Amino acid sequence: MTAGTNRETPRYGVLGYPTLMLGVFFLGPFGIMVAVSFFHRVPGGFYEPAFELANYARFFTPLFVEHLVLSMYVAVLVAVICVSIGFPFTYLLTRLPRRTQVLWLVFLLSVLSLSEVIVAFSWSVLLSRTAGVSNLLAWAGLMDKPASWTPGFPAMLLGLTYLAFPYTVLMLYPPLSRLDPELGEAARTMGASPLRTFFTVVVPVLRPAILAGLIMVFVFVLGAYLIPQILGRPQHWTLSVLITDQAIYQSNLPFAAAMAVFLLAASLGLIALTLGIGRRAGLRS
Amino acid sequence: MNRLARKVFLAAVALFLSAPLVVVAGVSVNEKKRLFFPPEGFSLHWYAELATQAAWLTPVRNSLTIATLAGLVSVSIALPLAYALWRHRVFYAKALYALGIAPFILPPVITALGFLIFWGQFGYAGRIENDIVSHGIFLVTLPLMTISLGLESIDKAIVEAAATMGANARATFRTIILPLVRPYIISGYAFAFVLSLNEYIIAYMVAGFTVETLPIKIFNSLRYGYTPVMGAVAVAFVLIAVAVFGLIGRFGDLPKLLGHWQPEQR
Repeated sequence: MTAGTNRETPRYGVLGYPTLMLGVFFLGPFGIMVAVSFFHRVPGGFYEPAFELANYARFFTPLFVEHLVLSMYVAVLVAVICVSIGFPFTYLLTRLPRRTQVLWLVFLLSVLSLSEVIVAFSWSVLLSRTAGVSNLLAWAGLMDKPASWTPGFPAMLLGLTYLAFPYTVLMLYPPLSRLDPELGEAARTMGASPLRTFFTVVVPVLRPAILAGLIMVFVFVLGAYLIPQILGRPQHWTLSVLITDQAIYQSNLPFAAAMAVFLLAASLGLIALTLGIGRRAGLRS
Repeated sequence: MNRLARKVFLAAVALFLSAPLVVVAGVSVNEKKRLFFPPEGFSLHWYAELATQAAWLTPVRNSLTIATLAGLVSVSIALPLAYALWRHRVFYAKALYALGIAPFILPPVITALGFLIFWGQFGYAGRIENDIVSHGIFLVTLPLMTISLGLESIDKAIVEAAATMGANARATFRTIILPLVRPYIISGYAFAFVLSLNEYIIAYMVAGFTVETLPIKIFNSLRYGYTPVMGAVAVAFVLIAVAVFGLIGRFGDLPKLLGHWQPEQR
C-alpha cells in the first residue's frame, strides 16, 4: 500500500502549510530571541544588533543566582510533593470503575485548564482572613481568631502544588493505566497485602515513570508565573517572574532573552533526560 | 479498613482540589462588594455585571474571539501534520511533530518572550491577530496529540480496501479518514479552546496592554482590590471547562485520549 500512496501524493506536499506556520511562528521567534540575547541594550528601552556576552555575564550577579536557586528549590519541592501524593492517587484512580474514572478525569482536566490567575485568586481568598479556612478553625476553637495566611512561602507552595497536581496525575496516568493488573494480582495471591504490593511491586516497576514525572513537573513549575507574584512575596519570585519583569518593566529585552535561553536550554536538557529514561525503560520491558 | 483508608485518601484529594472553587463560588454571591465566606446575603448581580458591563464584556469578547480562532489555527496545523506522519512516517514529519509538541512542554514564558520580541521586531505589536496566531502555535500540541491518537486507531486495511477499489488519496481522506478522526479533531479543538481561554502569560506579553483578555483583566483588577465579579468569572471558567470536558467524557473516550491503552477492559 505504501507504493500506492507514493504514486498518488507527493509525500511532503501536505506538510507545506504546517512547515510554514511552525517555521515562521515558532522557530522564527526562538531564533530572534536567541539573537537578541547577544544584542546590546540601549538604555531607554531598545536594543541594537551586536555580539556581546554581557547579558550572559549577568548570570553571575546575586540577582540572577538568588532567583535561580529559589526557582530550583521551589520546583523540586513541588515536584516531590506532587509525585508522592499523585502517584498513589493515580494508582487508585486507574483501579476505579470506568465511569468513576471518567468523572475524575473531567474534574482533573477542569482544574488543570484553570487559568493561573484564577488558581492564585482562589487560593488567596481561601487563605484570607475574611473568607478563608482560618475562619473554620477559629469557629472550631482551634484558633483564637481568623488570620491571613497569604502572601507567604507556604501559600505559594500550596498554590503551585494545586496548579501542578492535575498535570502530575495526567503525566502518570498512561504508565499506571497500562500496568498489567495481573502483576498486582500475582503478588496478592502470594500473600502480599495491598500496601506491600504497592511498594514492592508497583513502585519498583514504574520507577522510570516516577522519575520522568518528577522531571516533567519540575519543568512545569519552572513555568509558573502568576502564583509566585500573587501568593508569594517579592523575595519568592521565580525565574519566570524575573524574565517578565526584565522584559516588560525594566525594558531590558536582551537580558530577559538571555535568561529565557538559559531556561530553554535547561528545560530541553531535562526533557531529553526524560525521553532517555523512557527509552531505556522501553528497552528493558 | 483498607477500603476505608483508600476512600479517605481519594476524598482528601477531592477536597483539596475543590476547596478553592467552593470558596470562590461562595464569595461570588455576596450581597455587598466584600469577599465573605460563608457569603453574607445572596445575590447574583455580580454575574449580571459580568454579562452587561463594558469593563468586563470587552475582555469576555476578546477571550472568546481569540480562543475560537486560535483553536482553528491549531487544528489547521495539526491535521495535515498528523496525517502526513501517520501516512508516510518520514523523518521530516517526525521532526516537525516534535516541533509541534515543544511549545507546550517548555515553560510558557520562553514562548511568550519569543513572541514579544518577534512581533515587536516587525513593528506589528499589540494586535488581536498576534494573540490568535501565538495561541494557535502554542496549543498545536493538543490537537496534534488527539488527532494522531485517532489516526492510529484506524484499521489500515480499510484504507487499503478503498485504494484497491480505486479511491484516490483525496477521496479516501474525505470519505473514510475524516469521518473516523472527526471526534478526535473536535476533542483537540476543545482542549485548545479551553486552554486558550485561560492562558495568561503569552496573551499578556503579546498584546497585554491593548487587547485585554479575561485572565489579564482579572490580574489587573486584583491590584485595585478584590470584587465578587472575579469570583463570578472564576465560576464561569470552571463551568465552561466542566461542560467541555464533560461532553468529551460523555461522548468520547476520555481515558483513551489521556493515554489509557485498554479502554474496553473494564
